[in-house]
Amino acid sequence: MSAPLLEASGLDLAFGAVRALDGVAIDIHPGEVVAIVGESGSGKSSLLRVLAGQMRPDAGTVLYRDPAGHAHPVHGMGEAALRRLMRTDWGFVHQNARDGLRMGVSTGGNVGERLMAIGARNYGGIRDEATEWLKRVEIDPSRIDHLPRTFSGGMQQRLQIARTLVTRPRLVFMDEPTGGLDVSVQARLLDLIRALVADLGIAVLLVTHDIAAARLLAHRILVMRRGQVVEHGLTDRVLDDPQHPYTQLLVASVLAA
Amino acid sequence: MSMSDNALWTEGLGKSFRLHLQGGLRIPVLENIDLAVRPGECVALSGPSGAGKSTLMRCLYGNYGAEQGRIWLRHGGEAVELTAADPRAVREIRRHTLGYVSQFLRVIPRVGALDIVAEPLIARGAAPDAARARARELLLRLNLPERLHHLPPATFSGGEQQRVNLARGFAPGYPILLLDEPTASLDAANRAVVIGLIAEARRAGTALIGIFHDAEVRDQVAGRLFEVLPIQDAA
Repeated sequence: MSAPLLEASGLDLAFGAVRALDGVAIDIHPGEVVAIVGESGSGKSSLLRVLAGQMRPDAGTVLYRDPAGHAHPVHGMGEAALRRLMRTDWGFVHQNARDGLRMGVSTGGNVGERLMAIGARNYGGIRDEATEWLKRVEIDPSRIDHLPRTFSGGMQQRLQIARTLVTRPRLVFMDEPTGGLDVSVQARLLDLIRALVADLGIAVLLVTHDIAAARLLAHRILVMRRGQVVEHGLTDRVLDDPQHPYTQLLVASVLAA
Repeated sequence: MSMSDNALWTEGLGKSFRLHLQGGLRIPVLENIDLAVRPGECVALSGPSGAGKSTLMRCLYGNYGAEQGRIWLRHGGEAVELTAADPRAVREIRRHTLGYVSQFLRVIPRVGALDIVAEPLIARGAAPDAARARARELLLRLNLPERLHHLPPATFSGGEQQRVNLARGFAPGYPILLLDEPTASLDAANRAVVIGLIAEARRAGTALIGIFHDAEVRDQVAGRLFEVLPIQDAA
């Protein structure tokens, strides 16, 4: 068995009297898609930010394992190293595409920029790869010189995914990637993410309140409530045979289409 | 007792459901189930409706957590306890050893029938072209016309979806295959195809466990019955 890409334990985080994280442990292995589900305020977005190094926990450790197998504490590596990590081995897909894209840079530039950050210098090669990725996320390559602000919300989100995946990160954090999109646009995006992730063998840590999205994408689920992981396991086991009262409520609250 | 000949076996398997939204009501479904299936054998679960046959199947697949007892299976030449396996190990067991044909196909938006069937083959390492060729062959054998192969099955009839599901379950040649009502919405011609697929799988050494409400099908495919009784009636 391979060693985990990310390993966290004993995570505590409080905002005043509110315990956002209360003794949380989680690990994620190469190629694994793990969903963190729970309602607003359950602590799932705080957990994602702590794991990605964007927020420091009050207690606990997060270890990142590099491609050579060495473990590094995420909260002890320094901002420059963390930024480098975010450009290379990791990616982050924000709920709001505007937080992940550069709105004043062309579509091709948004994808090419990530390649240049890891050392690509050949302009033609970068443009070819950007074109290829626009096709993969179903954006007409003739839009390559357009600004993303002329795109619909769904297109912007697909562009953000192309920009994130173009460098083939080993671990991608996704924060409600389909939140705020129309249902038909969500289905297309989810299917696209599912196919790309399986194809590239990327590990994904997905925060969502959408149980159907978690079922479609995730191998494993963690259910959070009031800062604690109340249940975790294989996706279909947790959703079809939920044990914890809160998971039963969550599953029972989903409308069957 | 030596269990070394079995492909799958249970020891004192028990399962109840606790409904927290109904004041913690506990519903016992399975108790003390000792089932053993050898390679090349097809065992039909029998018993009245509501006795827990589907629950047992779902426990055997790891879809429901077993509450008491153990489930063992032979995976890659070794005896592995499914009930003690972590989620990644269960995925590995499902990828290589344990298949499950559920009553209803869970459709994935935008993925065509052929790719749904080819997917588990590719997951086990088959080349995509070879996987699709095998998928096509099975879909045609199950009388799903070629013009439907590239369409997502969301708009298919119940019988067509079930045939996609069956092709997906039989394509990889799992050593253990669970079948929940595989012929429920099929016509006579397609029932005969499924009976043929089961017979071939048995000859290839697959251990099969099935729920067959159609007595005619059951008598043709099953070597023996395993009775699942409602708990209050059990001895």
